[in-house]
Amino acid sequence: MLTTIDMERLGATATPSAASLESMNAKISVRDFDFFYGPAKVLHGISLDIPDRQVTALIGPSGCGKSTFIRSINRMNDIIPEAVAKGTIAIDGRDIYNSDTDVVSLRRRVGMVFQKSNPFPKSIYDNIAYGLRIGGMHNKRELNGVVEKSLIRAALWDEVKDRLHESAFALSGGQQQRLCIARALAVDPEVLLMDEPASALDPIATTKIEELIWDLKVNYTIVIVTHNMQQAARVSDRTAFFMLGRLVEYSDTKTIFMNPKEKMTEDYVTGRFG
Amino acid sequence: MQRHFDRDIEDLKDLLLRMGAMVEDAITQSIRSLLERDTALAEEVIANDNRIDQMELEIDRRTLELIAKMQPAAVDLRFVAAIMKITPELERIADLAQDVCERVIELNREPPLKPMQAIPRLAQDAQTMVRQALDAFVRGDAVLARQVIAQDDNVDQQTEQSFRELLTYMLEDPRNISRAIRLTFTGKYFERMADGATNICEMVVYLVEGKMIKHAGMAPNA
Amino acid sequence: MSYARRRKIISAIAEGLCAVAVILALLPLAMILFYVIKQGFTSLNWAFFTQMPKPVGETGGGMANAIVGTLVLIAIAASVAVPIGCICGVHLAEYTDSKFSSIVRFAADVLNGVPSIVFGMFAYIIAVLPVKRFSALAGGLALGFIMIPIVVRTTEELLRLVPSGLREGALALGATRSRAVFTVILPAALPGILTGILVATARVAGETAPLLFTAFGNAFWSTSPVQPIASLTQQVFLYANSAYEDWHRQAWAGAFLLVVMILTLSIAARFAVRRLERMNRP
Repeated sequence: MLTTIDMERLGATATPSAASLESMNAKISVRDFDFFYGPAKVLHGISLDIPDRQVTALIGPSGCGKSTFIRSINRMNDIIPEAVAKGTIAIDGRDIYNSDTDVVSLRRRVGMVFQKSNPFPKSIYDNIAYGLRIGGMHNKRELNGVVEKSLIRAALWDEVKDRLHESAFALSGGQQQRLCIARALAVDPEVLLMDEPASALDPIATTKIEELIWDLKVNYTIVIVTHNMQQAARVSDRTAFFMLGRLVEYSDTKTIFMNPKEKMTEDYVTGRFG
Repeated sequence: MQRHFDRDIEDLKDLLLRMGAMVEDAITQSIRSLLERDTALAEEVIANDNRIDQMELEIDRRTLELIAKMQPAAVDLRFVAAIMKITPELERIADLAQDVCERVIELNREPPLKPMQAIPRLAQDAQTMVRQALDAFVRGDAVLARQVIAQDDNVDQQTEQSFRELLTYMLEDPRNISRAIRLTFTGKYFERMADGATNICEMVVYLVEGKMIKHAGMAPNA
Repeated sequence: MSYARRRKIISAIAEGLCAVAVILALLPLAMILFYVIKQGFTSLNWAFFTQMPKPVGETGGGMANAIVGTLVLIAIAASVAVPIGCICGVHLAEYTDSKFSSIVRFAADVLNGVPSIVFGMFAYIIAVLPVKRFSALAGGLALGFIMIPIVVRTTEELLRLVPSGLREGALALGATRSRAVFTVILPAALPGILTGILVATARVAGETAPLLFTAFGNAFWSTSPVQPIASLTQQVFLYANSAYEDWHRQAWAGAFLLVVMILTLSIAARFAVRRLERMNRP
């Protein structure tokens, strides 16, 4: 088992250099990010740049901190009482952990889709319109337009256009997840965070979601957590490998899956891990 | 369902066909340079071989990336396997065309041997087989592929025939020996091109039908 | 005997005991219903619903004012208990771990066990004494106070049961905490909360003691909140204690009506919940 010193050295090699910072169009810049649940430190000095309009996958074994990390990007971790974050996460150059950050508007710029789809107990229409209504949009025609656009973008419009006012729970699992994606897209975010979006779905529904992600990345920066390595390989442009709260390796997806630099990464992607 | 990998697969197919077109050109030019004793053309073919080698590298790189990213299954997997086996065959065929041209340059330093009969026919047949093999791949035509494979025996016979023809020239006059031997090699090169076409066709059958007919005669439990 | 055989016998005995226990538990209920229906149903007539009580000694008459009175009292009680109870429940669910919340929770649990007449006394002190007058308002207040702990606890429990995914989903869309609670979580818990309210209402509909010196009862027709008001329970109590045969008959009718009312409330609760739940069922 690796010692803490080995782990720290690994983290150092994964840090982006100043040169690589500029070459990529970095939408999200993370520097020396630590995260604590009370006294327990669960993220150690994470530094990476997430490029604009690409899909970045976070992989790693259970408990490695990837979910904690992604939830830090839209500050969903704030609702946990003993959570403490240190370091910076900057979106378009502005640190979101600054004291004058408006968390509510942050969450409208950075949308989130969860592992277990969580449609509200309302109609399909009201689900999508929810984010719009709390943002102040009440004009019926405007709402109709955005609802339709979002459902089209989430590849769900054709399947539900005749039953917009039925309960969201009448949809299948895969459809509900696409509904949640449409709901997140409705408020026109710049970044879409997806925490294991397809893990509760059957293979066909999973493929639909993966193809949707591929289509969406033209317009959105997407960060996806997945415990399914093959999914990360299929769907992402960049992949970050986390272990025990540290960033072990972060590179092009091709490199990670064909020729990773770190042995730990190789052990993980070949399945020799553990 | 449309998958974004479908595009990658089509791109790979296109690359292979482009390489195939370049190889067909090389064969055509090598035959022309042989029949017309055109040294300049032969040198051009040799120089172009570099581009064909680069294509092989590009296709290899893309294929591996596709495997890593897509984890192909069923027909997609067979397609990828076919690409990986056809590409080096094409590259070898191109090398053989290059070899033919090298012999042509050497032959052109001496006056031509009595008009050859067997070799030009052999060369045409080999060229046709390669072209048909690539056609079979493009169209996924296992029937055509099998037909091409059947022609290989014919080519082998023609090679044997041309060797006998050249042998008589050698026995006739010792001054013919050097040119005759070079021509023997040339015939051998075309025969091996035909073998390459056969190998390509075996992969086409595998791709289309899932059946591996390579070395079929050697099956232990026939 | 074999182990399998012994298991079967023990299982059969246990099942038998369960059946006996169920019968014993249902027996009182069955007997009450049977008796009330037998005595009460025959006493019900049109006059019962429409006429006022006749003076002592005269036969006939009805309990029209008492029926309406009970309805008025329930309305006042609900309008007090529902807002206070729900908002309190929301607070307890949102600020689960605070000291204040644990105190409130404890207080609610204690109040649940307090005898209802104590609530009546409390309402007497704050609503009757200052104005030196009995009123429907005082009676409704007393009943409302009884309802509050039930509504609070039910609301809190049901809000807690709402899956946390809904809250996260709302927050992730940029809802503030209070927005999320009132536009997503509360509506999701609504079927259950409604049930809680109806259960609490059914409970207080049958209360007599707290009304004795708050609403006091009224022989005449009155729906004013600032006047004393009759109620079915009180009227039944009054008539049952009397010496007149006719009044006894009417008391049975009143009791029967009460049972029917509570039954109807419960069934209505179920129907409402079922319709709302159809929206909710994932």
